[in-house]
Amino acid sequence: MTYAQNLRCRECSRDYPLAALHVCDFCFGPLEVLYDDDGIKASVSRKTIASRPANLWRYREFLPCDADAAINIGAGFTPLIHAKNLGKALGLPNLYIKNDTANPTWSFKDRVVAIASSRARELGYEKLACASTGNLANSVSAHAAAAGMEAVVVIPNDLEAGKVLGSSIYSPTLVKVAGNYDAVNRLCAELAGTRNWAFVNVNVRPYYAEGSKTLGYEVAEQLGWRAPDHCVVPIASGSLFVKILKGLNEFAKAGLIDEPHTRMSGAQATGCSPVATAWAEGSMNFRPQRPDTIAKSLAIGNPADGYYSLVQLKETNGACASVSDDEIVAGMKLLAETEGIFAETAGGVTIASVKQLAAAGRIDPDELVVAFITGAGFKTAEAVADSLGPALEIDATVESFEAAYGDREGVPA
Amino acid sequence: MAVQRLRFTFPTDLIKEPVIYLIGQQFEVITNIRMADVDESTGWVILELEGETDEIARSVAWAESRGVRVDPITGDVIEG
Repeated sequence: MTYAQNLRCRECSRDYPLAALHVCDFCFGPLEVLYDDDGIKASVSRKTIASRPANLWRYREFLPCDADAAINIGAGFTPLIHAKNLGKALGLPNLYIKNDTANPTWSFKDRVVAIASSRARELGYEKLACASTGNLANSVSAHAAAAGMEAVVVIPNDLEAGKVLGSSIYSPTLVKVAGNYDAVNRLCAELAGTRNWAFVNVNVRPYYAEGSKTLGYEVAEQLGWRAPDHCVVPIASGSLFVKILKGLNEFAKAGLIDEPHTRMSGAQATGCSPVATAWAEGSMNFRPQRPDTIAKSLAIGNPADGYYSLVQLKETNGACASVSDDEIVAGMKLLAETEGIFAETAGGVTIASVKQLAAAGRIDPDELVVAFITGAGFKTAEAVADSLGPALEIDATVESFEAAYGDREGVPA
Repeated sequence: MAVQRLRFTFPTDLIKEPVIYLIGQQFEVITNIRMADVDESTGWVILELEGETDEIARSVAWAESRGVRVDPITGDVIEG
């Protein structure tokens, strides 16, 4: 069962049924799932949640589909690590990493697709579709395969090899589109409007977006049922950024944690930074941009939740950083070298942003900070391949080893 | 016949141009302004265009050639 009651327009509060709808017919505002909050509060407890399997369906009361019939490939309940080494390097002793590279297709998209695909099947759809720069395509392909559904994934034709392979292995219909970003985007919008498919982030977006809330639930539970003081989250569409706080607020409403006073800060790549730019200008209106960054999973020039991200930055006393491609690569390496976590470029954006915000005094060293790492590094290996140190090339003799290793340490062989 | 809802964003130098009127004159599409915010320096309009798919595409290409930015109303549908 689910406690979802209906969809509601975020702008004008008109109600809609729990169907495949995503924008209000009157004001074009986004639709969100509305729940029976009292019913949830009466039915959940820390004990029941903690007794369930370690995946996102442990929060079933807060989700908009029937968990017993869900498409479950094990998304969620990824590690939360106290990043002592990285924290020391950045002057943040209470820094935690939420490591969502540990999801089944190695990115946080498994959370949103788990919900979207399950709800799509409930609504009678047989095909799952998406337009993606990689991670979403991987997850849609995997969930469709597990559910016995067809997948159609549309990708630009210049993606990293790892992200293409990460979809192909599940045998979806893979469509590579030539053309600039705007043209690909509009083609996909048109397809979504004309095909009777479940486009996970378009016509079933209200359900899809709910998956991101589970990051908020997990972090609170893993911290011992409390909200963090400060979250640093990569901003692409902005949905993840907004929904993490929604998750914390819902946990508080259900009596599972105290009311959060969490500051929410954003991380963007300078080459695609509509929210960070608006934030720096003190504006609540962002201007769409044409993306030009190695962080392709964050390359959303016209973010659907850009406005709501700006509102949240303001309301929570957060800040928004933007970092260069060189800083992104340095961030990926710093995370790997200090914590043993190999993140994709979006993770580099997050770590470089934490560094920038800490240096600027926008993060208090006393705060309990959670940085969200949303995808694994092998997906974007090209980004760092040329900046890594070479191996020691030796013959199969001890002398050769000592010559090479000794030289490396500056000690005579 | 198809209907597309699109967000047109106008740069400053097009604010005085009757772009939407010209779309209706030059192409076999029905234009319906659903929401708008236009001031002296910039502006956006959410426009419903009704017509044959190819004709809508031609009208959008013409608007873009004049310097209008045209986006889906829901923002980008491509995600990471």
